[in-house]
Amino acid sequence: MSTPDRALVVGALLLAALPVFAAESPQLGTPITPAELAAWDLSIQPDGRGLPAGSGNAVAGKTIFAEKCVVCHGEEGKGQPFDRLVGGQGTLASATPVKTVGSYWPYASTVFDYIRRAMPLVAPQSLTNDEVYSLTAYLLSLNGVIKERDVMNAKTLAKVKMPNQGNFIVRYPEAAR
Amino acid sequence: MSDKPAEPATSPEIVAGNGLLHRRLFLTQGAALVGTGGLALLAARPAGAETLTVPTWTKTIGAPMSGYGVPSKHEGKVQRIVRPGAPGAPGTGGSRTPLELVNGTITPAGLHFERHHNGIPDIDPAQHRLVIHGKVKRPLSFTVESLLRYPTVSRIQFLECSGNSALGWAREAPQQSVGSIHGLLSCSEWTGVPLSVLLDEAGVEPGAAWVLAEGADSAAMSRSVPLAKALDDAMVALWQNGERIRPEQGYPMRLFLPGFEGNMSVKWLRRLQVNDAPTMTRDETSKYSDLMPDGKSWLFTFTMGVKSLITSPSQGFRMQGPGLYEISGLAWSGAGKIRRVEVSADGGQTWGEAALTDPVLSKSLTRFRMAWRWNGGPAILKSRAIDETGALQPTRDELITQRGERSNYHYHGIQPWSIAATGEVTNVHA
Ligand code: HEC
Repeated sequence: MSTPDRALVVGALLLAALPVFAAESPQLGTPITPAELAAWDLSIQPDGRGLPAGSGNAVAGKTIFAEKCVVCHGEEGKGQPFDRLVGGQGTLASATPVKTVGSYWPYASTVFDYIRRAMPLVAPQSLTNDEVYSLTAYLLSLNGVIKERDVMNAKTLAKVKMPNQGNFIVRYPEAAR
Repeated sequence: MSDKPAEPATSPEIVAGNGLLHRRLFLTQGAALVGTGGLALLAARPAGAETLTVPTWTKTIGAPMSGYGVPSKHEGKVQRIVRPGAPGAPGTGGSRTPLELVNGTITPAGLHFERHHNGIPDIDPAQHRLVIHGKVKRPLSFTVESLLRYPTVSRIQFLECSGNSALGWAREAPQQSVGSIHGLLSCSEWTGVPLSVLLDEAGVEPGAAWVLAEGADSAAMSRSVPLAKALDDAMVALWQNGERIRPEQGYPMRLFLPGFEGNMSVKWLRRLQVNDAPTMTRDETSKYSDLMPDGKSWLFTFTMGVKSLITSPSQGFRMQGPGLYEISGLAWSGAGKIRRVEVSADGGQTWGEAALTDPVLSKSLTRFRMAWRWNGGPAILKSRAIDETGALQPTRDELITQRGERSNYHYHGIQPWSIAATGEVTNVHA
């Protein structure tokens, strides 16, 4: 769809929903550049778009995990007191499914995205990109998805295929009721 | 589920088995009660009123005005049901609306359910920004002050966590109150700027299909929203029930997506990234996806299913002897308006139509009421809702047949309450 068409469609939707206000937006947004919003621009797409420069492997990740993660996720990510991050492959159809990064998560990009934005729980957004790559590599290697010495960076992480990726059925737009 | 028509009426007002009375009793209120001999149905009257005296509060000066009113000191028990996070993660739990202790359809802001992923951020509104970028012609940053100058819309709509009622999947019916089981459900008047207005200002580019929404909390919680929803009825909400949104609901602003699972209405909204594809965030893959019995999972089950609950009487209530009772409850659907609610007092063998209390709004809570003459014997009360698309609320068995027992999210099965001859009300799978 060409740009003017889209504007028309959006305009038509607005007219339908808001007959009075559609034309009356005060237009108060200030232009912002990618450099200005870089600190907030954290999302990684499943194809790797958004992955920053930097790299790391599981060997480095193991050390960081022992220091910053093990208290909450247990030795080798086996869980306790919080979420188990490793194992569970082959359990999803059983009576006691174990959902972990290895058994459940469909995309490796999500591991980087989530650790960088939210972990460690007590100090989110305190890790360097190299540390996040290393921790991502460590969790992927503990789960047998990559090898211990495999280097994770913007190129290699984008190519990692997660074991459970093919088992998600998209329900939108025919959402469940 | 049996759909037998109501048993033949033994008196004009009976509409279904085990004492359900015609909704006209409520539609025309007192007149009908008197006119149909309704008063005679009332429980045995208390022996006699006491002699009235003039109380102190009528004979002394009352309290002065206050800047911000609070509930009566006698209503202190009306509290959210708090489920704190585990030690070490105090910000990851939730709290529930005590549905058994409130009435009407609007949830007081202080009783609106909470679900956070790393606590409530202490945001300075002067420093907060909402950024729109990605596949747009003009990446833009908005201050709170500037957004407050935009034309607003107001809508009374429900918010429900898709993990609400998850105890329904358990084999044992939990002996917990209706709020404790189903209280990740609240309803407010939300006021804010239509998201379509802001997206239009930024100029959505061709090929855009999703919008990633992210919060400013320390989980930086993020979800992918279909562009079609963002341009339809999505709102950047700044106000709740007339006042600015409270910190635990996303102050200074939240996304509000009517009818969609609550987690997507991202609180403390700071960033909207227009994309060609979903981002597959942790909270839309690892969580908020629904595991099926064959080990596959449903992704993007956004719309909340048609659902209803009887809130009175409900688990933990005690009936005060045989007589006339009002059965009262809530019905809602993420797909639109509630068309009809039916109530059964005989475990689902026969159903009568409940009265819907105006206004019946789209993607909102609708209060239903039904008159019931309890004969003092065992009864199983149920309600089932039908929405304007014709979708009928399923039974628990139907849900489990379709989705197994481990999908965790989106439980919207019929909720039965058992009334014992003792008057005790318990939760049952029936
Ligand atoms: C203080 C405890 C704590 C620490 C330390 C911690 N985490 Fe977490 N982690 C949690 C909690 C709690 C959750 C679940 C959060 C939620 O439910 O929103 C979680 C979730 C996760 C998840 C997602 C699990 C899933 O299946 O969805 C990953 C991955 C993770 N943490 C990785 C890490 C890494 C890597 C570190 C070290 C840098 C770390 N965590 C440090 C408490 C912690």
